[in-house]
Amino acid sequence: MSVIYVLLTISIIVAICFFAAFIIALKKGQFDDSYTPSVRMLFEDELIKENTKKSILTKKD
Amino acid sequence: MGKSTCYHCGLDATLANITFDEKLFCCNGCKTVYEIFSVNDLTCYYDLETAPGATPKDIEGKYNFLENSKIIEQLLEFNENNTQIITLYIPHIHCSSCIWILENLNKLSPSISTSIVNFGKKTVRVNFNAKTLSLKNLVTLLSSIGHEPYISLDDYSIGKKHIDRSLIYKLGIAGFAFGNVMFLSFPEYFEVGEFWLEQFKPLFRWLMFTFSVPVVFYSAQDYFISAYKGLRSKILNIDVPIALGVSVLFFRSTFEIIFDAGSGFFDSLTGLIFFLLLGKFFQQKTYSFLSFERDYKSYFPIGITKINTNGKEESVQIYDIEKGDRLLIRNEELIPVDCILTKGNARIDYSFVTGESKTVSKQSGDKLFAGGKQLHGSIEVDVLKSVEQSYLTQLWSNDVFKKDKSMAFTNITNQISKRFTISILIIALLATTFWLVADPTKATNVFTSVLIIACPCALALAAPFTFGNVLRILGKKKFYLKNASVIEQLAKINTIIFDKTGTITVNKESAITYEGLELSKEETLLLKSTLRGSNHPLSRSLYSILNEHNILTLDAFEEHLGKGIEATYNNYQIKVGSAPFVGLTSETALLNTTVHVSTNNQYKGRFTFYNDYRKGLPNLFNSLKIEYDLVILSGDNEGEKENLTKLLPTKTKLLFNQKPKDKLEYIKHLQHEGSNVLMIGDGLNDAGALAQSNVGIAISENVNVFSPACDAILDASKLNQLHNYIKVSKTAIKIIKWSFGLSFIYNCIGLYFAVSGQLSPVVAAILMPLSSISIVAFTTLATNLSKRKLE
Repeated sequence: MSVIYVLLTISIIVAICFFAAFIIALKKGQFDDSYTPSVRMLFEDELIKENTKKSILTKKD
Repeated sequence: MGKSTCYHCGLDATLANITFDEKLFCCNGCKTVYEIFSVNDLTCYYDLETAPGATPKDIEGKYNFLENSKIIEQLLEFNENNTQIITLYIPHIHCSSCIWILENLNKLSPSISTSIVNFGKKTVRVNFNAKTLSLKNLVTLLSSIGHEPYISLDDYSIGKKHIDRSLIYKLGIAGFAFGNVMFLSFPEYFEVGEFWLEQFKPLFRWLMFTFSVPVVFYSAQDYFISAYKGLRSKILNIDVPIALGVSVLFFRSTFEIIFDAGSGFFDSLTGLIFFLLLGKFFQQKTYSFLSFERDYKSYFPIGITKINTNGKEESVQIYDIEKGDRLLIRNEELIPVDCILTKGNARIDYSFVTGESKTVSKQSGDKLFAGGKQLHGSIEVDVLKSVEQSYLTQLWSNDVFKKDKSMAFTNITNQISKRFTISILIIALLATTFWLVADPTKATNVFTSVLIIACPCALALAAPFTFGNVLRILGKKKFYLKNASVIEQLAKINTIIFDKTGTITVNKESAITYEGLELSKEETLLLKSTLRGSNHPLSRSLYSILNEHNILTLDAFEEHLGKGIEATYNNYQIKVGSAPFVGLTSETALLNTTVHVSTNNQYKGRFTFYNDYRKGLPNLFNSLKIEYDLVILSGDNEGEKENLTKLLPTKTKLLFNQKPKDKLEYIKHLQHEGSNVLMIGDGLNDAGALAQSNVGIAISENVNVFSPACDAILDASKLNQLHNYIKVSKTAIKIIKWSFGLSFIYNCIGLYFAVSGQLSPVVAAILMPLSSISIVAFTTLATNLSKRKLE
């Protein structure tokens, strides 16, 4: 039954990993803007299309 | 999409007749933006939304101040060698196309490496190389695609903004600990008594202890600090019993596990703090696109063009302007200081300051006040006062702007917590005395149990959840409140003060009447044709109400700035403008704006402009007059007095010619007499009054445009709903009182267990979340029901 020590350790380590992930995400500002990423996600397709076309960047002086 | 609208901005494009790529445009500006996008393969912009763009404005010379290295240094967030980062506020951001184009800026210029949009805040964070693309060129580039950034003095003084995320950290830690402690205390709840679980009990208990240490010492620290502050200033606020409960919970639980007397209350402890923080978090409804703290700095530019003694132009920072300097104010630029006009014809729009949209013409030698916007060509001025000493900006040196309103009054929870805390302490003492006599071994147990169970979790949650929900409901109805305490203040109001111009009147339209000799059909036709040539706002409004359709080609036309216009057609001469200009010498003193007309030197009559009032105004005033004292405080003259008395209930007080300082003093005077004042205003001239009043509401035709510092921002179209909003805030207070009643019932049940010495961790663990959740459910339901009052 001393396996419970191992199980407890694992479960707490897993919990702490998720907790650390949350703290890191928060620190990086992932929760500061909750709207734009949801829109940005939908642009991925357009971006790839643009890249394959090899756009030329000029016009602006 | 209709065929006749601009492909870029969606405006009517029938007249312009500009086509490019088989697409119709309303002007060359829009066409140019399209060209830029099509050359760079960025036409996806138009696929995401129809007509998403804005017409680029002429910005020649407007951003010259961005050449000043001192200003650049202040604006940049990060500045090293080849990497510069700046966050720019772009008011036009409104759709997914805007996000897309602004995040693809690197396709327009290779010097830009990345750009990230924050849609809520309407900002774009650009990472660029200043060696190949100067900040000024970056701003010019953004303006050229119709996304002109707004840079004001505010950006200069604030510096690097710091985002406070401590509440989320605290909430995260409390939630994490709560979940794990709950999980670890399960075996103890069911008291299985299984051999191996008995063996691991100490381990489980010490783990729970470890989890609750950061919760007590980090997550709950605000409650201890606030309780300490409250006690020091001799106030028993709600945080006193909370802090007391938390510390008793923690110490008793620790003792229990040290002496193996029980499992402790770590589950209740962490749960309590988690729920309390959740309530705090819920109440913090913020509108990232609004600002309630603006002062004149948000309106003023950072830099302005100074003309040196040798005639050279130079960009200077606004704070560096000194008395006697000569400044060049370009078209559409704001006058930052009080000054005297020396060169050019000024036509000043003071709408920022007064809310009045009619422009004022000034001649050389006239005094100009800070805050006006020049609308007609460039002018040169001599500075009379520095920025801080100018007439308008001086208002902000008043003490009222330094006070924090929400600190000054006791909120509903703290009012009740005083009586609550005292009665809890009495109950605890009585119960302990009883047990000291009956069974001394149980005395400490009972004493701590009472303090634990009385910990006012449900009580403390009632207000945050009710207010948080009401804030959201009102926000959806376009009434944006700064924080929860505004709701409480609003419920207590007994006097309502309205500003006139821009608040109860509509900014743009005016009602016009004609008095004098009747104009013949030919004369009307001539008048309309004459007005057509003038760009003066009064001419434009007059032009739009005249019905004649044929437009004559005039023989001669001349506009005299600041006086009027003159035209001839077939030997028929017409003069439109001010009284002396048309030859009227004996003018009866009239306070309203008037335009006089004469034909062939014979005086015909005058058009008088009246303010146009917002819809539903008489109804609003009539429903408000029963409960509230109503006052109109206007900075204007008495010209509208007659109109207003007709429109508004007879009890309404009308005060005219009120300077910004007078408005503030008037409210102060009312407050001394015991009134709770609600001020409704719009311009910067109301800023003092808005700050002094108990609740200051700024009316805004477009909430994204700037409004002065206030407690709430109300969309102008919803002004007629004002009474309903006040009613909702009163209902919110009622709901809170009901939930107080509910939480007292829970407390009584809990106290029964505590006083009789039977409080076990399971009872506490059930009662505490149950009371909290039922309070949250009750307040949410009740506030949603109160929503019905709103249309």
